[in-house]
Amino acid sequence: MSQQQLHEVPTQSADGILAEVTGVEHAFGKLQVLNGIDMNVKAGQIVAVLGPNGAGKTTLINMLLGIYTPDAGRIQLFGQTPGDLTVRQRIGVMLQQAEMAETLKAKELVRQFSTYYQNPLSLQQLLQMAGLEEKAESRYGKLSGGEKRRVQFAIALAGEPDMVFLDEPTTGLDVQARRSLWSNIKAYAKRGAGIVLTTHYLEEADALADQIIVIDHGKVVATGTPSQIKQRVSLKQVHCRTSVPVEQLHLHSLIERVEVEKLASQSGDNLTQCILLTQHAEALLRDLLQQDQNLTDLQVKGAGLEEAFLALTQNNATTDKQEQAA
Amino acid sequence: MSTLTLQHQTKIHLQEIWSEWLRMIRTPMFALPTLLFPWMFYLFFGVIFGRGSGTAEYLLVSYGTFGIIGPALFGFGVGVASDRQQGLLQLKRVLPMPMSAYFVAKIGLCLIFASCILLGLAIIAMVLGGVRLELLQWLLLFGILLVGTLPFCAMGLFIGIRSNAQSAPAVINLLYLPMAFLSGLWIPIFVMPELLQKIAVVFPAYHLAQLALSVIDKHQGQPLLGHLMILLLFTAVFLLLAGSGWRALRDR
Repeated sequence: MSQQQLHEVPTQSADGILAEVTGVEHAFGKLQVLNGIDMNVKAGQIVAVLGPNGAGKTTLINMLLGIYTPDAGRIQLFGQTPGDLTVRQRIGVMLQQAEMAETLKAKELVRQFSTYYQNPLSLQQLLQMAGLEEKAESRYGKLSGGEKRRVQFAIALAGEPDMVFLDEPTTGLDVQARRSLWSNIKAYAKRGAGIVLTTHYLEEADALADQIIVIDHGKVVATGTPSQIKQRVSLKQVHCRTSVPVEQLHLHSLIERVEVEKLASQSGDNLTQCILLTQHAEALLRDLLQQDQNLTDLQVKGAGLEEAFLALTQNNATTDKQEQAA
Repeated sequence: MSTLTLQHQTKIHLQEIWSEWLRMIRTPMFALPTLLFPWMFYLFFGVIFGRGSGTAEYLLVSYGTFGIIGPALFGFGVGVASDRQQGLLQLKRVLPMPMSAYFVAKIGLCLIFASCILLGLAIIAMVLGGVRLELLQWLLLFGILLVGTLPFCAMGLFIGIRSNAQSAPAVINLLYLPMAFLSGLWIPIFVMPELLQKIAVVFPAYHLAQLALSVIDKHQGQPLLGHLMILLLFTAVFLLLAGSGWRALRDR
């Protein structure tokens, strides 16, 4: 039996798109959780949905699984509605919070879930693909956090799915456990399946994904390859008080964004207190120090992921405004 | 491909029952009390302290009734509550498993445990209590008590949907133990004060016990059809309540 080939994919569109999300909106009561999400997943592609907690990642996954129906917009898997039995036969799922029966052995759990599928992979294959051979006889309750996630991963692959959804697959795992699960996920994508995973670690999205979709407050704030996204978020913050006029800072080629904390006109000493976001902190500092003899209170900080998301969100907001103005 | 073949459906249902059995028989907190309590109680009160005048016979039936209610209430109540809380139910819903397999597994588990309880009681009754029944009586007794688990499965399902895994055991014990006593499952109903005898009719366990006792002609003499109707009504009410809770769960 060929392991490299997935079962026939007759409903896949010509360009290899397995999942299509168009303009999806959803609210829980008055809380708008998703606010116009677009994304595509192709065969063999790993797409990471990256965002801070509460960004709407899990809601998006739950919609792809057919648990919720979007208020507006459309979701299609293999050209069909999520949640249909034919669709469910072709997907694999790792939910963020789904614990297995503690008293069952790893192999018993994998076997149990395999029976749901028409063409399941063999128990041996699944244990091997999830790196569980040595833990097959252990009860789920006795496994480490990483091993439990591996059991859930093996279960996700049970039906040899064309698409796999992994909701925060490595949250709570140590670095080593995380890395080794990554290699198993990559190996499965190589067989030609589309994989969607959510994460709030940029590192994870970077290590795994071909395409990253950054969402925040239910909106896509950036899409791109890992290197494109990393470039956008690898910003440094330069905190300082300077006599350089704000307009000039805005026009500076090395500065991505200016956050003014206190204008020169408001401070007694004619210095503007501001935070400058840049990808080239050293060059910017050299230039600023040369231009401005009065520059003081200088601090350089790496922008954390939260700041990076914020930067992306606000950049997005600014662009929106500019577009509206134009 | 849009529907599963009958053969595949059967396989899934059997696999779910098997997994549920393995899971619960390896959970001493569930398996030991549900199996041992009815056997122990019957051994003490029915056999050792209860010699003579058909006590062993009567209590075989009443402790049998007591016994089979346990796995129904705990299996469904605690089982559904923890599956729900652990996210397992949510996962099974998105996988291509027919939801019927989930309930069939829970009912199957309950019937397996109920059968073990009844077999153990029957052996104690015959070997140590000197109880002799006709084959037809044994079959009727087992039949009534196995089908009789269903109303309590419905009640357990309702509790499992409405309470969390930590509180479910307490809720069930608070219902189960007083109900068992007041329905005359521990001490024969006819030796209880008249007031308690009148109160007993509100409990489904009383009606199931009366149906089972009719097999050895020791029931109180109320019409059997009445007991049956009340049990059916009780089942329907709890299924309706559970059903609305179940839908709320899904739509949340």
